[in-house]
Amino acid sequence: MAESTPDRVGDVAAAPSGQPILEARGIVKTYGHVQALQGADFTAYAGDVVALIGDNGAGKSTLTKVISGVIAPDEGELLFDGQPVEIPSPAAAQRLGIETVFQDLALAPDLDGAANVYLGREVMRQGLLGKLGVLDKRAMRAGAVDSFASLGVAIRDADVPVAYLSGGQRQGVAVARAASWASKVIILDEPTAALGVVQTANVLDVIRRVRDRGLAVVLISHNMPEVLEVADRIEVLRLGRRVATFTRAEATLESLVGAMTGALSQEQQRR
Amino acid sequence: MSSVRDTRPERDPTAGDADSTASAGAPSSSALSRLRAQLFSSTSPLWIFIALVVIVAVFGIMKPSSFLSSFDIKTIFINAAVALMLSVGMTYVIITAGIDLSVGSVLVFSGVLAAKVMISVGGGAAAAVNAGWGPILVGVAIGLLVGLGWGVINGILVAVFDIPPLIVTLGSFGMALGLADVLTGGTDIAGIPSKFNSTIGAGKLGPIPWLVFIAGIVTIVFGLVLHYTRFGRYTYAVGSNAEAARRAGVNVRAHLIKVYAIAGLLSGLGGVLSLAYFDTTTISGHTTDNLTAISAVVIGGTSLFGGSGTMFGTVVGVFIPVVLAAGLVIVGVQSFWQQVMIGAILVVAVYFDQLRRRARSKR
Repeated sequence: MAESTPDRVGDVAAAPSGQPILEARGIVKTYGHVQALQGADFTAYAGDVVALIGDNGAGKSTLTKVISGVIAPDEGELLFDGQPVEIPSPAAAQRLGIETVFQDLALAPDLDGAANVYLGREVMRQGLLGKLGVLDKRAMRAGAVDSFASLGVAIRDADVPVAYLSGGQRQGVAVARAASWASKVIILDEPTAALGVVQTANVLDVIRRVRDRGLAVVLISHNMPEVLEVADRIEVLRLGRRVATFTRAEATLESLVGAMTGALSQEQQRR
Repeated sequence: MSSVRDTRPERDPTAGDADSTASAGAPSSSALSRLRAQLFSSTSPLWIFIALVVIVAVFGIMKPSSFLSSFDIKTIFINAAVALMLSVGMTYVIITAGIDLSVGSVLVFSGVLAAKVMISVGGGAAAAVNAGWGPILVGVAIGLLVGLGWGVINGILVAVFDIPPLIVTLGSFGMALGLADVLTGGTDIAGIPSKFNSTIGAGKLGPIPWLVFIAGIVTIVFGLVLHYTRFGRYTYAVGSNAEAARRAGVNVRAHLIKVYAIAGLLSGLGGVLSLAYFDTTTISGHTTDNLTAISAVVIGGTSLFGGSGTMFGTVVGVFIPVVLAAGLVIVGVQSFWQQVMIGAILVVAVYFDQLRRRARSKR
C-alpha cells in the first residue's frame, strides 16, 4: 500500500521536506450504489500549493468535503501533523486551523464584507457592552480592511453588502475570510470557476500570498493552465482514487490530462 | 431549512464587472458616503418615513386644530403600542426569512390566561376587581411566560422539525385562538383587578401613558439588540444565508428558536398590555393582527426573503396605518379607505424590495 512507500514516482527529491501537515489515506465514501471515493489518498504540505484535479465525478468534491469535515468517510484515515484525527464537522476542521472556501462561497449576501469575514468569530466591545453582546464593528471593519489589503483583494468599501460586489470581489471576501482564520490549511474549491481573466489572476496571486505565509493551500480546479501556473504539486484523482502525483517541474498538460483520463497511471501501476 | 427560504432568487456569481467598477465613487472611510448609502438605498426606511411625514402634514394642514391635538396624538400612540409589540417580534422573525402568523392568537391566549390567573389569585370573580399588585403581577408573569412558551414551540417546530414557518404558525394561530375559546367558552373575561387598568392601562408616567412608555422601551431595547449585538448579527446572517451561518459556526437551530421565542414573548406582552387597556380580554379582536404586523414590517422595508430590515422601518410601518385611520376619521373620510391605502402601500413596498434584489443579482 501507499502508506509504506513514497507516493511520488520519479521526482521524490522535489517533494517538500518534512512531514505532511494533512494526509488522507485510503478514504472510501459511498453514496448508495455510487462509490465516490474508493480508497483515495491525499497529501498537503505547509508552505505548498497542492492542486487536486480530476474529471467530473472523480471524487474531488467528496474528498474536499471529507477533509473539511462536511461529510464523514466510510473508511480511511486522516492524519494531521502526523497524528490520526477525526474531523467530524466543519467546526472541528476550523479548530485544527483548516478553513475551506466552498464553491458556493457560503457568504451571507446581505451582510457586508467585514461582517462576513468575522461571521461566527465576532469581535465584541470591551467591558460591560461586550458582556451584553455588543459588537465592536469598528475593530472588525479595520481587521477586514487589513485582511483585504494584505491579500491584495480590491474591496474599497467593507460596508457594502457582499450581494452588491462583483463575482471577483465576493471570491476575494470568501478567501480573505478563510485566510484570516486558517492557521494550517486552506482549501479552495474551484475558486476561479466563475471569474474572468483579470479576477482569476488576482485570486491566483492571493493563493501565492497565502502559501508564502506558510499555509498549506489545497486548490481544487478544472483549469489545467491555472493549475500549472500556481501549484507546487499536483495530485490527480480518477474514479475515486489518486492515480498520479506530480511536482510542478515534471507536470505537463499532456501528463495531467493523461492521468485524468486514465491513459497514464502512476500509482495503479505500482499496485 | 424551510420552503420559504428556498424561494429566494438565485444569485448569479458570474458576470462580474471588472473589480474597480463595483465600488467606484464610494470612498471607503467617508462617513458621509455611508450615511448617504444608508438613507438612499431602497432597503432603507427613509422613503416610507417621508411618506409618514407627508401623511401627517396633509392631515395637519386639513384639520390643524384637531389632528395635532395632544388627545389625538396620545390616541395614535396608544393604538400603536400593542401593534408595535407584535411587529417588533415579527421583524426578527421576518429577517430570518420566516413568518409568524400566530402573534394575534398568542396575544389573545396570553391575555386570557393572564386574566384567569389574576382573577383566581385575586380571590375569585367577586373579589378580584379590588385585588392589589400581587395577583396582577402573577397574572402578567403568566401571560408573558405563556407567550414565550408558544414562541418556543413555534421555534422548535420550525428549526428542529424543519416544518415551514408558514404552516407551523398557521397551526399555532388556530390552536392558540381555539384554546382561548375553549377556556372561556368564547366570551370575554371581565372582572380583572381594576387597579391594572387604572395604572398600566389608562395611567401615565409623567406626560407619557404607561402603555406608550412600555412599548417604547421594549422597541428601543430590541432595536438596539438587533442592530448592535451579536444576536442581531446572527439574526441577519441566518436569514441571509442559513447554510453560510451554519458553516461559520452559528447554531442556526438554537438561534431560530430564540427568535420565535422573542416573537412569542412580545405577543404575550401585547396580550398583557391589551388586557390592561381594555380591562377585559378581546378574544375576537385579533384575528388579523398577524397581517397587520406583517404589513407594518414589510412596509418598513424588511425583506420577506430575509437578511435585511430595520427596527426603525418597522416603527414607521406601524404608525402609517394608525395615523391614516385617525386622520381619515378626523377629516371625515370613511375610515374604510385606510385598508385600501395600506393594501396599496404594502404592494408598493414589496415591489421596491424586488427591484432592489433584481438590481443586485445582476452584478
